[in-house]
Amino acid sequence: MIQLQSILTSMAEQGLLFAFLGLGVLITFRFFRFPDLTAEGSYPLGGAVAASLLVVGVDPFAATAAAVAAGAGAGVATALIHTKLKINNIIAGIIVMTALYTVNLRVMGRANVSLLTAPSIYEDIVRWLNALGFGLRDGAMTTIAITAVLLVLVSIALAAFLRTDLGLAVRATGENETMIRSLGVDTDRTKMIGLAISNGAIALSGALVAQNHGFADIGMGIGILVTGAAAVLIGEAIFGDRSIARWIVAAIVGVLIYRLLVALALRVGMQPVDLKFVTAALLLAALAVPRLRVRLVGR
Amino acid sequence: MSAAMLALEGVTKTFMAGTPNAVAALDRLDLALAAGDFVTVIGSNGAGKSTMLRAIVGLVEPEQGSIRLDGADITHEKVHRRAGAIGRIAQDPHESTCAVMSIEENLAMAAKRGQRRGLARAVTPALRERLRTELAAIGLGLEARLDARVGTLSGGQRQALALLMATLARPKLLLLDEHLASLDPKTAEAVMQLTDRLVREGALTTLMVTHNMHEAIRWGNRLVMMHAGRVVLDVAGADKAGLTVPGLVERFHEVSRETLSDDRVLLA
Repeated sequence: MIQLQSILTSMAEQGLLFAFLGLGVLITFRFFRFPDLTAEGSYPLGGAVAASLLVVGVDPFAATAAAVAAGAGAGVATALIHTKLKINNIIAGIIVMTALYTVNLRVMGRANVSLLTAPSIYEDIVRWLNALGFGLRDGAMTTIAITAVLLVLVSIALAAFLRTDLGLAVRATGENETMIRSLGVDTDRTKMIGLAISNGAIALSGALVAQNHGFADIGMGIGILVTGAAAVLIGEAIFGDRSIARWIVAAIVGVLIYRLLVALALRVGMQPVDLKFVTAALLLAALAVPRLRVRLVGR
Repeated sequence: MSAAMLALEGVTKTFMAGTPNAVAALDRLDLALAAGDFVTVIGSNGAGKSTMLRAIVGLVEPEQGSIRLDGADITHEKVHRRAGAIGRIAQDPHESTCAVMSIEENLAMAAKRGQRRGLARAVTPALRERLRTELAAIGLGLEARLDARVGTLSGGQRQALALLMATLARPKLLLLDEHLASLDPKTAEAVMQLTDRLVREGALTTLMVTHNMHEAIRWGNRLVMMHAGRVVLDVAGADKAGLTVPGLVERFHEVSRETLSDDRVLLA
């Protein structure tokens, strides 16, 4: 029982931190229908920017906001390369991802920045709430509660945005670009907005993970897009893809299940070096199972 | 010419220019539409009908000539900048609507045609009421299915929705690019009746490309035949009312022989 509880706690804590990544990947992978490899650079960029600012004493909220802005900037760069230079969107993402590797090293000054002595937004929030008489302790449950509240706020904002005039135009851009252009929408602009939001959310994940784990690392983004895509697909396999709310819940639950499966894989004796293989297998399963189900059951 | 709603002058577009395979899709094309004109366009494959419509919406950029809409030169304007004034429906129902979005979301996007899109909620209760009325008027029962995905509609329903989307914001010009071609005869007739009604109600200046000579004679106030990238026949009013399909076919053969003997030979 204790073991199960610790698995679930770890799943919830890590899963919620990664949920912003799921939301970011949802926008590019689902709405824009392409795997945006910028994520592999914008996720560690979020961690690098937050960590570098935190170690020099910048306020944790400002450092996290700066990380989000940097991620959004990376998304804008990919969008500009794709739309203005007419370069394929996957290649544009690879170009920015590659450039960001150097940017991240330059931002951090080395391959790894420790945050063990630096403040984090979690410590700050706990301190404020305790000043109001809450009596919280630092720990996994507190992290879960704070991240969950932040996640709900971001999800509501994203869902609301996707129902605005601009949000509809962003969604239609990936689905039927000819149509939405013929209705007077500058799709260069909507692509830029979508990629900025996506990579801003992904960088937020990186910034929060760095503060939770106590370090930012140049290698933290490797395979992150596959993680996000696997999560989005797992969620979709369960919830379907019928509405904005379902899409968002599916992306979040997908990340949680992904983390649970990874935690279980480690418990049954797999080594950390096996994890990329597990991720690949999960992605394959999430893609294949809905198709097999159609073939077998006929839906 | 200043009175024309749409004026194409000397519009030329050559595909694969500079290669041995160069094709003159539009060849010094002249065409002017007065406000309220409903012009049907016929011609064989490769006559330039679709290319003309694509040049008007901006999907194809002419190398020569000018396109003016209500007095403004739009020849080189970007697609999304001129879209506020032009509604277009393609042959494929998938091209003019967005399958994964709902009926009301599709119409909400069309209601904002050419306007700035901000962070206001797209489908407001007021808009929903208006859409219900508009959908009830086309008589397909879609007003009860506002939140249904467009992908669940039939081809005819999708083209009817596309028509409403194209006309909702009262464009200056409506372009129909064989919009009945993928529908069965009965559905095509219903969608065409709806087209005619929306065009009349909005007094819309309309260009309708069709492969069907019968349709071309029956609808609109003016008929234009294209061949080799130019207008070769332009009939309006009583003359148009007197047209028959055999007569039109005869004219078509005459015209293709004529152009073959002068233009094509000269170009080659």
